[in-house]
Amino acid sequence: MGYLQYPFAQHALVAAALVAITCGLIGPFVVMRNMGFAVHGTSELAFTGAAAGLLLADNAVLGAYIGSLVVAGLIGVMGVSDRERDSTIGVILAAGLGLGVLLLSFYQGFAAAATNILFGDIFGVSDRQLLLLSAIGLGVAVTMVLIYRPLLFASLDPEVARGRGVRTRLLGVVFLFVLALTVAGAAQIVGTLLVLSLAITPAASAQRLSSSPLVVAGLSIVFALVAADGGLFASLVVGTIKPSVFVAGISFAFYLVSRLIGPALTTRRRRPPSPVEA
Amino acid sequence: MGDRQTGASDEAVRLASATLEFGERTLWRDLDLVLRRGEFLAVLGPNGAGKTTLLQVLLGLEPLTGGTALVAGRPPHGGNPHVGYIPQSRPFERDLPARGRDIVALGAKGERLGLPFAGPKTRRRIDGAIASVGATAFADAPVGELSGGEQQRLRVAQALLGQPSVLLCDEPLSALDVAQQEIVMGLIEGYRRSAQAAVLFVTHDINPVLELADRVLYLVDGRWAAGTPAEVFTTERLSELYGTCVEVLRIGERLVVLTDTAGAVCEHHPEASYLHEPKRG
Repeated sequence: MGYLQYPFAQHALVAAALVAITCGLIGPFVVMRNMGFAVHGTSELAFTGAAAGLLLADNAVLGAYIGSLVVAGLIGVMGVSDRERDSTIGVILAAGLGLGVLLLSFYQGFAAAATNILFGDIFGVSDRQLLLLSAIGLGVAVTMVLIYRPLLFASLDPEVARGRGVRTRLLGVVFLFVLALTVAGAAQIVGTLLVLSLAITPAASAQRLSSSPLVVAGLSIVFALVAADGGLFASLVVGTIKPSVFVAGISFAFYLVSRLIGPALTTRRRRPPSPVEA
Repeated sequence: MGDRQTGASDEAVRLASATLEFGERTLWRDLDLVLRRGEFLAVLGPNGAGKTTLLQVLLGLEPLTGGTALVAGRPPHGGNPHVGYIPQSRPFERDLPARGRDIVALGAKGERLGLPFAGPKTRRRIDGAIASVGATAFADAPVGELSGGEQQRLRVAQALLGQPSVLLCDEPLSALDVAQQEIVMGLIEGYRRSAQAAVLFVTHDINPVLELADRVLYLVDGRWAAGTPAEVFTTERLSELYGTCVEVLRIGERLVVLTDTAGAVCEHHPEASYLHEPKRG
């Protein structure tokens, strides 16, 4: 418990909370839009960016952000349509990851730096970087609140959304950048390899429990928050185990429980179709 | 409905010399059409004739390459509150995280920025729209688990939520069985009568709307014909439109258009000018 008095722990918990909120917000859209692979792709390339940042400026956090934004741009330019997207991401991911490994082999510094990028090291992040993390998290949250309604329209019913004047393509690209920034932020806490445990698992769990988009969003945020801060806290207490282990574990536990109790909650809502009164 | 247009207030859609070309291909040329409020226009034609594209022009998604279009007195633009849109009945994904009422709620300014919270007044409107299509019993079920007909009723409710004066329908009956087709048709027709709305209804088959259509717009290969169903659905007129032998048969209550009938029953020379022969009583 004593750890909570230390500024480094407090700062990390606050940054993690902000990152978790953004993950919880984008998660349902990631699931709705079938963008799990995009999350994975951008996080793998946040790794490449982090490696480059480490090598060139000794700043893995900034590098991860730049890397993921470059990837979002590439996916946006090369193919946003569902069919194209996955193959585009696969191509970029493979090439980028290779580049990342190459960059790391040039890196002569601290040996644990590489594993820290892959598995996260929020307690090793400087205060200035935490500030960057929090500011970007806030920006992402504000953007999501702004575009929430049209993005929901575009994700649930794209054809009608277009007909009603929603600029679905533009929104898709904006969401791609929002997702990239969120992913790079989450990578600081759980590492690039475990980003999905914050960006998908909470939303996937929430969806098992409700069909209301707002309830799903709320639950997804709560699950991500508990997993992120709970994981950090557990790691503080245990000391020798990385937070990402606990974050992924808590997140997965939510999912298991949701899968178990979900059917009981959602099937009851399905009533037999009624004849029309009209 | 607070329509400030004078003179043209009952004019829902106006196309003047409207032309749409994609490169070498002409979808239609010099299309003239006025659709007034309360009228039902069926838009027909073979695949690729530009029926759906016509809707996209009116929705402001596709610019004309020539001529002008007006919808509710204004050039087409996205998010026009006077326009309701019912798409083809493509099913929602099974595990889509939304209930029927969430789909309907998107009709309440779902295109605006912000969070999708609905006030009590909007929620009452949504409930009303759901009840009006007889969807109250299943509006809270996950939309992906509903039948095609149920989903399409919710889409009708979504389109009617904004009380549009122009209703654009893109084959809303496709993939529905006959009973469901009648239900959905009845809802659209009921709204047209009660709100004096103009309905522009794209369909590949005239029969489900034959009794309702005041007029027909038939698009074929860059050419078009418009008039009452009785005027357009004649062997002569459609043969001229298709530029080949076409036969219009009446089988019971149904109209059947036979294209490429090998010329055996084609009594008229395709180039011969046609006569209006209103046969329908």
